[in-house]
Amino acid sequence: MKENYRKERIARGIKARSDDIYALTSYKEIWYLLFPRLVPIVGIAIIAYFLPPYWKKVVITTCIFAMLSVSWDFLSSCGLLSLGQALFFGIGSYTAGSLNHFFHLPVYVTIPVATVVGGFLSTIILLPVIRLRGIYFAMVTLILPLMLMRLIEATKMLGGTEGLTGLSPFPNVWVEITFILAAMWAALFGLRRLIASDYGLIFVSIKDNDRATMASGINIYAFKAQALFIGSSICAFCGAFMTHSYQFTGMPVFAMEFSILPIAAAAIGGIGTLAGPLVGACILVPLSELLREFGTLRIVFYGFILVICVVALPEGIFHYASRKYNEMERQVRIE
Amino acid sequence: MLIYGLINSTVLALMALGFNLTFGISGVANFAYGAIYVVAGFLTWTFINQLGIPYALSAALTIVLIGIFGALIYRFIIKRIRGLIISEVIATFGISIIILEFLRYVGFIGFAYSLPVFINGSVEIFGAFVDIQRLLIIGFVIFLIAVLYLFTHYTKMGLAFRGIAQEEHTSLSLGINPDRIAGWSMGMGSALGAFAAIVILPLGTITVDSGYDVLINALSVCIVGGLGSTFGVIMASFIIGYAQTITATYVSSHWTMIVSLIAILIILAIKPSGLLGHQKELEERV
Repeated sequence: MKENYRKERIARGIKARSDDIYALTSYKEIWYLLFPRLVPIVGIAIIAYFLPPYWKKVVITTCIFAMLSVSWDFLSSCGLLSLGQALFFGIGSYTAGSLNHFFHLPVYVTIPVATVVGGFLSTIILLPVIRLRGIYFAMVTLILPLMLMRLIEATKMLGGTEGLTGLSPFPNVWVEITFILAAMWAALFGLRRLIASDYGLIFVSIKDNDRATMASGINIYAFKAQALFIGSSICAFCGAFMTHSYQFTGMPVFAMEFSILPIAAAAIGGIGTLAGPLVGACILVPLSELLREFGTLRIVFYGFILVICVVALPEGIFHYASRKYNEMERQVRIE
Repeated sequence: MLIYGLINSTVLALMALGFNLTFGISGVANFAYGAIYVVAGFLTWTFINQLGIPYALSAALTIVLIGIFGALIYRFIIKRIRGLIISEVIATFGISIIILEFLRYVGFIGFAYSLPVFINGSVEIFGAFVDIQRLLIIGFVIFLIAVLYLFTHYTKMGLAFRGIAQEEHTSLSLGINPDRIAGWSMGMGSALGAFAAIVILPLGTITVDSGYDVLINALSVCIVGGLGSTFGVIMASFIIGYAQTITATYVSSHWTMIVSLIAILIILAIKPSGLLGHQKELEERV
């Protein structure tokens, strides 16, 4: 008779001890927990500070897209499937841009204000449709940035098709990089902590079964609005940052790229992990920079990644890596 | 203006019918619909201008090919991820981007890309000059709606379509293969999109961006009308069509797209299941 084997996965002992008991008994366990967190933080920082100026800009763009995709993933783990991160991004960008252009406020005022106001405006705009689920919400968020683009084109407000130029830059590139790196890690670890808390549990439960959540006496619309505010604030921050980094805001901030690349990054990195999208963005953005000479073909390339990842590798890189890191695999004979 | 509003409405209805058919039956929101529409236009253009195939034949060929293409998308991509809403949306959206941006890259842009009209000339109705092509669109829409109604009510496959739309598991137990029927519905939806493209595109030029516009129009009409309800779609396209025409006449043509958005927002705020949506849809949506 042919012998059949199956793969068995067991969590490593060190994982079980350091994860559940919260009593770290040795440097080995501390190191086990710190290693996957410290390496990327230190690694990206070192890379960012020592690259030539052009690639420093690429690192900044990478961080911005990483934050966009982390926020996309956060929204999707709250059951809000957004196809329009460009909406939040654009609102933040225009808020910061117009504050700087019309009121001549400095950078350290516009960015925080744009973060809060941008998140607030995005939430207000989406408030009427917050009751929608799944596809319907996705449809509306897909339409909105395109509509806003048309609106700006039609009314010629906020600079119209030309956009606002000559905005104030950051003092120097070191400040810029330090600021965006800090913001990115704060967003990632903050959201991870948030999702793991009791408060975040409600978001996840809305995604898993919103009816049951409602039946437990929780006002899911209020929580969805809060999730939307958190997610869109992060995107608005990215928009405001990008505006000052490029000293420009205009209709391109509502472009499809800002909606589609975060989703592609999340699809590569692993949806629902928050850290996965960041990994995905760190792969995709530098890669797309290398492919810059192909022009719009890049977007075709993102499309392929999306389809292939969703169909063939639904798990994503991060799930795979964390499984390898945390679990042992062995072959077991099937009796 | 009354006439133009009517024509605009029927154009919208024609755009939305294919999307609505696929969504109403298989529950797959085909975000690649706009891309399919544009591809159909370019395919017909290629058949006529590059290969020299007569117009009627190339139109028929396009419809069939696009139908098969839609069914293939279902068979090889959607079938594996059916029921996972996030994955479905991402995958169809990805397909749409692949197609549209590839066409943009290849450079199908410009005024050279337009399809010939069926019959040239225009007639005067109540003091307004109307192209015969636009009148034909109205005729086609009426014809198409009649055919769809007969198909879904009196043929075996049409009944199977409605079966899986209503209750997938029960229809499975009655010997209907939901995957096959959903594949058919996707194919037919795509073919309808191709048909819409061939009928509507002679009015203007084929552009890549019209893919996104068509998708937006189809989405807004379907959301307002209540997804899956054909008569809701027709009603909604009349409402949106007239609203757009009125705005274009009295305000500015830039605002027409914004009208659809406002219509969506109002409808969603008042009646989330759409004008003629059913109870089941309410549950799915909210």
